[in-house]
Amino acid sequence: MPEISYRQAIKDALAEEIERDENVVIIGEEVAQYNGAYKVTEGLLDRYGPKRIVDAPISEAGFIGMGVGASMLGIRPVMELMFWSFAYVAWDQMINNAGCVRYMSGGLINVPIVVRGPANGGTSVGATHSHTPENLIANMPGLKVVCPATPYDAKGLMKAAIRDNDPVYVMESTILYGITGEVPEEEYVIPLGKADVKREGSDVTIVCHGPAVPVALEAADILKNQHDIDAEVVDLRSIRPLDEETVLESVKKTNRAVLVEENRPFCGVDAQIAYTIQNKAFDYLDAPIQRVSTIDAPAIYSPALEPEQLPNAARVVEKALAIL
Amino acid sequence: MSPRTTPKKRSKPQPADLAKESKLPINKDLSKDDLVGFYRQMVRIRRFEERSLRVYQQGKIGGFLHLYIGQESIAVACASLMGEHDHMITAYRDHGHALAVGMSMDECMAELLGKATGCSKGKGGSMHYFAPDRNFWGGHGIVGGQTPLGTGIAYALKYKGLKGSCMTFLGDGAVNQGAFHESLNLAALWDLPAIFIIENNGYSMGTSQERSSSHPPEGLAARAEGYNMAWEHVNGESLFAIRDAVNRAMKRAHEEGKPTLLEIHTYRYQGHSVADANAKKYRTKEEIDDYRKNHDPLNVYRLYLLGKKVFSEDEMKEIDAAAKKEAEDAATFADESPFPETEAITEDVYWETDNPDQRVSEGRLFFND
Repeated sequence: MPEISYRQAIKDALAEEIERDENVVIIGEEVAQYNGAYKVTEGLLDRYGPKRIVDAPISEAGFIGMGVGASMLGIRPVMELMFWSFAYVAWDQMINNAGCVRYMSGGLINVPIVVRGPANGGTSVGATHSHTPENLIANMPGLKVVCPATPYDAKGLMKAAIRDNDPVYVMESTILYGITGEVPEEEYVIPLGKADVKREGSDVTIVCHGPAVPVALEAADILKNQHDIDAEVVDLRSIRPLDEETVLESVKKTNRAVLVEENRPFCGVDAQIAYTIQNKAFDYLDAPIQRVSTIDAPAIYSPALEPEQLPNAARVVEKALAIL
Repeated sequence: MSPRTTPKKRSKPQPADLAKESKLPINKDLSKDDLVGFYRQMVRIRRFEERSLRVYQQGKIGGFLHLYIGQESIAVACASLMGEHDHMITAYRDHGHALAVGMSMDECMAELLGKATGCSKGKGGSMHYFAPDRNFWGGHGIVGGQTPLGTGIAYALKYKGLKGSCMTFLGDGAVNQGAFHESLNLAALWDLPAIFIIENNGYSMGTSQERSSSHPPEGLAARAEGYNMAWEHVNGESLFAIRDAVNRAMKRAHEEGKPTLLEIHTYRYQGHSVADANAKKYRTKEEIDDYRKNHDPLNVYRLYLLGKKVFSEDEMKEIDAAAKKEAEDAATFADESPFPETEAITEDVYWETDNPDQRVSEGRLFFND
């Protein structure tokens, strides 16, 4: 199986969907002539032309809202946000319009839009460019949100997102764009709402998603190599819809859970996961559920300190050891 | 450029000249049926609004109720020009547009009461009517929030190669929202068949145009100059003048694929919403009376039709009575309709849960335990 980058995997997904469906159009800042701020769309303008790959002015509320409107008529816009942090500029369009139109019309109108872009810290760009709003999006019924962590997942989930008839918000990571992984040449789609066990183990379950997945895997390595502990790493992949079964199955096997995410702790995704575990697997728990989140403050700029603020393997290991 | 002091004033109402405007190319070949039909539509909207006000006062309608009384000529004139690929989207003062595109009084009244028979199954309410099968895309509650959506509908038409347009209605209070300006820029930048129609009734809720908007002396629409977009100021008192200007904008959209910004001078006699307790405090009684007596689009049009003997007094009364009865029947229909079942709360949220046979995603979509 060929190894390709996370960036290439997304690009391949976009290209395949552009070729499959004439209504798929890529719109965003610098996606066409500039070849993408993070090169995800590099070369697509040359291949598909300016009708399918559209440079938008810096006008997020305008062009995202425009995409929502176009999707109501059956266009399938894939909107790139240079950073998910910029979503707040378009919040009314993304939440009130994309999220509520189907409901308020009694199901008469569908909004098959995808909004995608990176949502992560760790690159010393300060608080305004480091947001991870998957928890906020997941709080809005009507919207779906996925956070792929590997090239394989990124491609399969992106294709599912584009084919979905409801708004799907895809959160990528600038840290992950360069990582490589095996991706089959033949076509595949990963259904939204299906978690993936990234590493099997029997002693403790580490639940994670998005940029926290490599952190969890690194922690699992340390636990194995230094402490002879077998951690099972469950990657949620999709936040809403949510695969509770895979999480619960794992916890019922290991009887312990450490939840890792780049969200802040308060009302983070893992607050919901913790509730689900205690509600549905209470009798299986041998220890309190642990959480590792980004330290509860806006993202610090200082390149020396930011890695300390974000979840890291050492903090995950510490939490795991505390309950073993 | 030196700073200048511009009169930030709303223009005074101008008397319409329907006899003259009826001879404009878009109006001159209208049949009696057309002319009477416009009247019927305007009356239907007014009677519906009057009836819904009474229903509100009876305590049967929740939340807000923004009445269209005084502005009927706009929705009716615009709807009368719509072809297969012409679309409409508006803000929360949406009853007039809904009726003008052919939605029934029954479904609209039932929606006000939150009934299952409402156009949105009781899930949208007064501000959120939709009829995509009639090219009517809402009914949106956030001031200016619908303007990017309308731009997107125009974008979709262009993308699909259809000769059409999207009329995006907004009030004078929406013209200072960023989303509106972003929409103007995109529509002009990309040559979209978009028509932005400011229904300028003079007040953004309780704040007058003078207190909310800085603009060129020619009015709000002249802001389009900044986006290199065509614009016009239109006298909303005249259904014929509106048809003339909107037709020009539609032709520009259909033939050149270019946008237009229209500002239609109009007035609302009621408050911003029915709950607007100060409706008579931020404007004078004289002003309200002047519009009502001298510039009412429905009355002006009625007098024109009677004067031209397009219909007789008796025919007119018949139309009025029929509209009144239709509104009365709608109120009864709404009253007698059932409320939605509790299960409806989680229906129409996701396409997939409403089409379970075709669901491809997995996992939980709702979290109610």
